[in-house]
Amino acid sequence: MSLRSNTWSARGSINALLVVGGIAAVFPLLWMLAVSFMAPGEASHFPPPLLPKSPTLANYRTLFADAGIGRYFINSLLLATGATLLSLAFNVGAGYAFAKLHFRGREKLFRMLLGALVIPGQVAMLPLFLMLKQMGLVNSFVGVLIPSAASIFGIFLVRQYALTIPDALLEAARLDGAGELRIFRSIVLPLLGPILVTLALFSFLGSWNDFMWPLIVLTDKDLYTLPVAIASLSSEHVQDNEMMMAGSVLTIVPVLLIFLGLQRYYLQGLTMGSVK
Amino acid sequence: MNTPRAAWLLAGPALAVILLFFFLPVCAALALSLTDFDLYALASLKNLRFVGLDNYLQLLRTPLFWKALANTFIFVVVGVPLSIAASLGAALLINSKLAWFKPMFRTVFFAPVVTSMVAVAVIWRYLYHTRYGVINYVLDSLGLQPLDWLGDPRFAMPAIILFAVWKNFGYNMIIFLAGLQCIPSDLYEAAELDGARRFAMLRHITLPALAPTMFMVSLLTMTGYFQLFAEPYVMTQGGPLQSTVSVLYFMYEQGFKWWNLGRATAVAFVLFVLMFGVTLLQLRFAGRGLEE
Repeated sequence: MSLRSNTWSARGSINALLVVGGIAAVFPLLWMLAVSFMAPGEASHFPPPLLPKSPTLANYRTLFADAGIGRYFINSLLLATGATLLSLAFNVGAGYAFAKLHFRGREKLFRMLLGALVIPGQVAMLPLFLMLKQMGLVNSFVGVLIPSAASIFGIFLVRQYALTIPDALLEAARLDGAGELRIFRSIVLPLLGPILVTLALFSFLGSWNDFMWPLIVLTDKDLYTLPVAIASLSSEHVQDNEMMMAGSVLTIVPVLLIFLGLQRYYLQGLTMGSVK
Repeated sequence: MNTPRAAWLLAGPALAVILLFFFLPVCAALALSLTDFDLYALASLKNLRFVGLDNYLQLLRTPLFWKALANTFIFVVVGVPLSIAASLGAALLINSKLAWFKPMFRTVFFAPVVTSMVAVAVIWRYLYHTRYGVINYVLDSLGLQPLDWLGDPRFAMPAIILFAVWKNFGYNMIIFLAGLQCIPSDLYEAAELDGARRFAMLRHITLPALAPTMFMVSLLTMTGYFQLFAEPYVMTQGGPLQSTVSVLYFMYEQGFKWWNLGRATAVAFVLFVLMFGVTLLQLRFAGRGLEE
């Protein structure tokens, strides 16, 4: 009997802790959502109200009409889509080649790439900025996109997954006279399906949330991405709590929904990329 | 087409991009940090001079740089263990046989990780508001003294640490969960038969089995925490009294506010060397620990 009551108290405390932690994790996001529907000034009261008295879309209207957030949203969408397509175009073939195709210096090259992961990206940032300036790409979307087109992490991710493709399958296709590129297109790519979703997700979310590089490259307000625009708006509108929360909703909710829909792929990539 | 040619065709473009837009700039950075590249050099390269280690020596004489280093160290030394403890705690709770709604809690804990740092920093700035912030309201209801979180140099960095832990503990939680699921369950069953208590099992089975995961997680988290930038940029602009100026924040201001690109690159290199040194230290210590 004592054993059973012991289990029940353990069950109770474990689940209570989970609930407390869960509330702490989502509260800021739910609060953001609630405040974004409040009338201007409503949140600045004590005690802080948790729900809007009469929900309104006024903040969203102001953001679109006066702050031009629609444009920033489209900029972010274009850049994230572009980053995703580039990442798929560059990293997938490379990842497969490092996993399955033999060429001279492959292992050495791969070790070098992995070793380079310890170099923080910020070291390259300033010379890269000067390079892009020479090429006339500062203050352009191309300038934002180019450096992240291929990534060591992306290549690594695809490689780890491609290692599981049986060699016999590729050999059989070669014996049938299929060319390497044909094998890549019609046998390998379909098998890589799940990891392509993972890579696309990482690239899209990474680009959407990226801050420092777009902040440096984009000087023209019309080209700002959502995070850059939100940071700049928030220093101009420190008092406009409700409007800033609406801006945060527009920045956070789209990618949160994408994540919720595809989280299986996202979490799989996360453990694959780090275990090993 | 033979295999090596196909391989180069598939891997070549990505390698070219990485070479051109990562390795080349990194090498250029080393050269740039030895010059006095500034606004005048930006206008005409004729104004560019080689200054040797001057930028580095000057940094050593800049109090704000030391302040930025100290702030970043505090962020790393306090933030990383806190964040890992939160991740491990959450993973152990979710992995427990007694927990309900595991997938839901896993998603909920992970949600902050996929949010935009800037947008959630804006949210937390209001949560930390001295008069109307929810956090002070909670402190007040518990009978505690409300704090001027982002306005007091004593509390601004702790506030940023708390926020950073909230933002990213879910990431390592997922990795710990994967590690926990690799521990064979018969180990626990045998321990249970021997009458081992829950806490003893945690100490003698779970934690030792997680050691390799723990090592990797602390390495990655540490390098991530050294790169503190967006949080102070959005929440405090480095203030109050420069108590939240981080190394990268200092670099950003040097480079893109004052256009001292030579000196800013030197800052980036110092950060890199520091991160590299700490990584080596950890490898040495953990290498010894893991062998035992």
